[in-house]
Amino acid sequence: MFLEVNNVSKSFADKDRGTFEVFSNIDLAIKENQFVSLLGPSGCGKSTLLSMVAGLESVTEGTIQLDGQNIIKAGPDRGMVFQQPSLFPWLNVKENVMFPLKQIISRQEASERADHFLKMVHLSRFKNHYTHELSGGMQQRVAIARALAMDPKVLLMDEPFGALDEQTRHILHKELMKIFQETQKTILFVTHSIQEAIKLSDRVVVMGTRPGRIMADFQVDLTRPRMRDDEQVIALERKVMDLLESEIDKVLKDELSHENIH
Amino acid sequence: MKIFIKRLVFLFVVIGIWQLVYVSGVFPDIAFPSLILVFESLFNGFTSGDLISALLASFRHLLLGLSLAILIGTALGVLLGKSQQADETAGMYLVALQSIPSIVWVPLSILVFGFTEFAVIFVVVLGGTFVMALNVRSAIHSVPPQLVRAARTMGTSGFSLFYRVEIPSSVPYFMSGIRLAWAFSWRALMAGELLSNGPGLGYSLRFAQDYARMDQVIGIIIIIGVIGAVMDQLVFSKLEKNVMKRWGLHKS
Repeated sequence: MFLEVNNVSKSFADKDRGTFEVFSNIDLAIKENQFVSLLGPSGCGKSTLLSMVAGLESVTEGTIQLDGQNIIKAGPDRGMVFQQPSLFPWLNVKENVMFPLKQIISRQEASERADHFLKMVHLSRFKNHYTHELSGGMQQRVAIARALAMDPKVLLMDEPFGALDEQTRHILHKELMKIFQETQKTILFVTHSIQEAIKLSDRVVVMGTRPGRIMADFQVDLTRPRMRDDEQVIALERKVMDLLESEIDKVLKDELSHENIH
Repeated sequence: MKIFIKRLVFLFVVIGIWQLVYVSGVFPDIAFPSLILVFESLFNGFTSGDLISALLASFRHLLLGLSLAILIGTALGVLLGKSQQADETAGMYLVALQSIPSIVWVPLSILVFGFTEFAVIFVVVLGGTFVMALNVRSAIHSVPPQLVRAARTMGTSGFSLFYRVEIPSSVPYFMSGIRLAWAFSWRALMAGELLSNGPGLGYSLRFAQDYARMDQVIGIIIIIGVIGAVMDQLVFSKLEKNVMKRWGLHKS
C-alpha cells in the first residue's frame, strides 16, 4: 500500500496517571490518489495520528510507512495544512508559498511554481499582500498552495476548515475537490464533521474514543459533486451518526462526571 | 493639525506663566531666571561650541555603550532563550540585575575605570544590556510553536529553522528591546556623566550647577528633554510601530 500504518500505538507520559494511552494497535492502509477522511469525536486521537504521519509526533509502537519508506521525522514529502493557517507574517503571500522551495530549486523555478499554485487557489491577485491583510479563508488557501508547492506525496489536512464560517467552508470544499481532481494527490483529511467527511472523501475511517480505535471504514462511491439532500448521502450520514452517537455520549458522560467530582 | 495647534498654545501658556512669575519677583533671579536669559545662554553655548562638543561627547558615549549593550544583550538573550538550562540557572539573576537603577553602577565604574570616558560608557552598557537580554529572551520564547511545526513539515530544521523562522518571528520583540535599551541607556548616560569629569552633557549640567548658572542648567535640561523625546518618538517608537504593522501585530 502507498501509506501504511502498521500496528501503531501512541501514549504520552502523564503526571497523574503515569502514562496515558491515546490509542493502540491501529492499522490503516491507504491507496495512492485517494481522499481519505479520519472522522471521530474529540479525544479519539485522529489529529495525533495525523501528526504522527507528518512526523511531528513520535510513534510509541509500530511503524508508519509512506511509499515503502519508514517515517521517522517531518519532511517535505508530506505537506501539512493545519487548522490555523500558520503562515509566516513577515513574508508576503507569494514568499510564503516559496518558503519550502528555497534552496531546493532555483528562484526562477520556485517563483513559477508559486504562481501556478496561487492561481490554482485563486489568489494570484493577492500574491504581494501580507497574510494579515487576508481573510481566514484566503489564508487557508495560501496554506494549501504552500503545501502543494512542495509537490508532496501525500497532503495531510488537520481540520483545515474548522475555524471558518459556513459559507467560506462551502467554497473551500469546492476548491479542494477541484484541486484533488487536478493534482490527483493522496489526501488524508481529519475532521469531526460527518457531513464534511462524506461530502469530500472516497473513504471515511470512523474512529472511536476511550480507548482510541478504528470503529468502521466506509467506501463512499457516490459521484461528485455530492449534494447535501442526496438520499444516498443522507443515508450514509445517518449510518455514521448512529455509530458515533454512543461515542459522543461517552465523551459527554465522562465530562459531566468530572464536573460532579469537582 | 488641530493637535499641533493645541500643543503650541499650551507651550505659549507655559511660557507666559513663566514670565509672569519671573516679573512678579517671588523667587530670586538665581533660582528663577527669565526665559530670555535661558535661551541666551543656550545660544551662547552653541555659538561658542561648548554645548556642541558636549553633545558630541555624549552621543559618542551613547553610540558605543548602546551598541555594546545591544550586542551583549542579544547574545545573553539568545543563550537564555534557547537553553532552558541557562535560563533556569541565570534567568532570575538577570531580572534582579535589571531592577538595579543604573546610577548605582557609577561609583563601581569609577573605582574600576577611574574618571575616564570609559567609566561612563561602562555604565551605559550596564544600563541597556539587561533589558535587551530580557526582551530577546522573551522574543525567542514567543515564537509561535505552530509556525515551528509548520516549518518542520516543510523540511526546515536545525540552524535553518532558527535563521528562517525563529529570528524573523522575534523581530518585533527585538525592536521593543532596542527601544527600551535606548531609553535605559540614555538615562544611564546622564547619570554617569553627571558624576564624571567630562566631557558630556551631564558633566556640563553639573558644571553649570557648580557655578550657580540656573539659566544654563535649565537650558541643558531642555536639550536633554528634546533629544529624548525626538529619539523616542521619531526614531524608536516609529521603527517599532512599523515593524509591528508589517508583522501584522498592530491592530490599527
